[in-house]
Amino acid sequence: MITSNKPNRLNKVLSYLLLVVLAVVILAPFFIGIWTSFLPTMDIAQGNFFSTKVSFDNYVAAFTKTPIVRYLGNSLVISTLTMLAQLVFCSMSAYAFVFLKFKYRNAIFILFLITMMLPFEAEIIPNFTTVKNLGMLDNYSVLLIPFLTSAFGTFMLRQAFMQTPTELKEAADIEGLNHFQIYWSIVLPYNKISMITLGAYSFLGAWNQYLWPMLTTFSNDSRLIQNGLRQLQSEETFNDWGMIQASAAIIVIPTIIVLFVGQHYFKSGMNEGAVK
Amino acid sequence: MSTILNQVSKQYSEKEDILKNVSAEIETGEFFVIVGPSGCGKSTLLRMIAGLTSISDGEISIDGQVVNDLQPKDRKLTMVFQSYALFPFLNVWDNVAFGLKARNIDQAEVHQRVNDALDMVNLSELKERKPRELSGGQRQRVALARAVASDAKLCLMDEPLSNLDAQLRIKMRQEIYQLQRKLGITLIYVTHDQVEAMTMADHIMVLNDHEVQQIGTPTEIYQQPANEFVANFFGTPLINLLPAQRVDDRTLNVEGDFEVKTEQKISENEVNVGIRPGELHVEASDELNANATVKSSEFLGDETIVYATMNSEHEVRVLIPGKAVFAPYEKVKITASGNVFLFDANHKRIPFESEELVNA
Repeated sequence: MITSNKPNRLNKVLSYLLLVVLAVVILAPFFIGIWTSFLPTMDIAQGNFFSTKVSFDNYVAAFTKTPIVRYLGNSLVISTLTMLAQLVFCSMSAYAFVFLKFKYRNAIFILFLITMMLPFEAEIIPNFTTVKNLGMLDNYSVLLIPFLTSAFGTFMLRQAFMQTPTELKEAADIEGLNHFQIYWSIVLPYNKISMITLGAYSFLGAWNQYLWPMLTTFSNDSRLIQNGLRQLQSEETFNDWGMIQASAAIIVIPTIIVLFVGQHYFKSGMNEGAVK
Repeated sequence: MSTILNQVSKQYSEKEDILKNVSAEIETGEFFVIVGPSGCGKSTLLRMIAGLTSISDGEISIDGQVVNDLQPKDRKLTMVFQSYALFPFLNVWDNVAFGLKARNIDQAEVHQRVNDALDMVNLSELKERKPRELSGGQRQRVALARAVASDAKLCLMDEPLSNLDAQLRIKMRQEIYQLQRKLGITLIYVTHDQVEAMTMADHIMVLNDHEVQQIGTPTEIYQQPANEFVANFFGTPLINLLPAQRVDDRTLNVEGDFEVKTEQKISENEVNVGIRPGELHVEASDELNANATVKSSEFLGDETIVYATMNSEHEVRVLIPGKAVFAPYEKVKITASGNVFLFDANHKRIPFESEELVNA
């Protein structure tokens, strides 16, 4: 026992050491960013990271001197609408792929999947031409309409819906529920966790968009937060790093909230007791 | 006013028959059990009655109405699934109320019916619980309450007890039986367990190999099995099926091991004889007169099963009252009473004509 214990303990120490090092490497930039957001820009520029002049001045400056509130609002609206639209449309199409029987069902589903193989960057030029011709540039619609649904969301929910026990559907058939009732009162509640996952995923996806809004928006009225952050950097000749850091800290807040709220739902065993 | 199956068949493909020409009449208010080994098509038959599986050929009518093309909801029935099919996101009360709400029944009546149903299965205390917080037996009761709350007069159950342990199964068996009697509903119950079939049914349909083997009351099934399969399927321990040769009108020679004086007149030279384990007798014997060797014996309390190998290499089971005094490898003499079944070369039972008995 004693001989086998030693390498075990050494193993443990080593693996924890490795984990700690990795955690520091990953977390350090994040915490340095947060920390510098409280420091005056002069200190940051001088590399004086251990300054004690900690204050919320940068945050106040970010809110008062820049249109960051407008950017935040734009992003919040676009992200929320994208999330809701994706939840509705992806779940409906996933329901059709799982519970409705129609001709060429699998062929159509494969077409869906094929669109996932095209990287978004490859679609940007034709998409840009299309929205330009439609006169949608620099408008909420250009940020919203191309993202109302996603092949990934449909695929993910289809796989989840397929796990719904068929007995639940059959029990509903015997009770005489129509498709919409089955969708609304059985399939959606049963797959709540997958819906929350997709919701978080699409919200964060929209929140963190950069390339597409950069190409299609050019006024503060429709600019999103990630592009706004970039804007702060180039608008002035002298970069107010403290304020930029403060803005950056502000915009990661929703990500953190989504992750913490989401974590609460990722408990296993939510659907236990349905069958058997 | 009954459920009638008329030449019902099911094929999934041209060559593969799942069910062949199933006909039966299920009377209103009776407990009808469909029993058979797994893969015999019994669940498919139940699903065809429910409308969850289409009918390839034949006709099903409920209360005088052909329902072949009706949606499940229009057939006015409820179903209890093997896996219960409870909604994990609803509590017990809402699970029971689910179907009623879907049918747009008046709120007050929903409350009344759900509460009554929960009372009837003793779940009123747990109505706020979610299915995951219930034990297997309680989940089973929720599924039953759902059927009780519905006003449908026809209830289908697909192996509802197969996920429960042995003790609970016996308890729920009695509860289901009492519920059926109390509510006066017609219950069609699918099981692979011959004990469930024997103890609960008014009528039993025995399915095997995609065909109906026999339909009858438990007594008929046990005392007058239509063929070797039915005789084999019912009764524990298993019936002894042995080849035998005719000696004279009332005497059979069982593979040279022993002779049976039958109550029934024998007309064929080669038959299979079916002897229930209780109809065999075993006694200690010397080497010379012995016709079997004991393999093992199982003491069950008030009776004992003796497993023995006949001199002709056939295995037999003998049920004797009390505790056995036979040790393995002991030589014994086995004899049979005249209460036996005779089966012809096609494994069908040769009927016992009642007038014969009168003449004898």
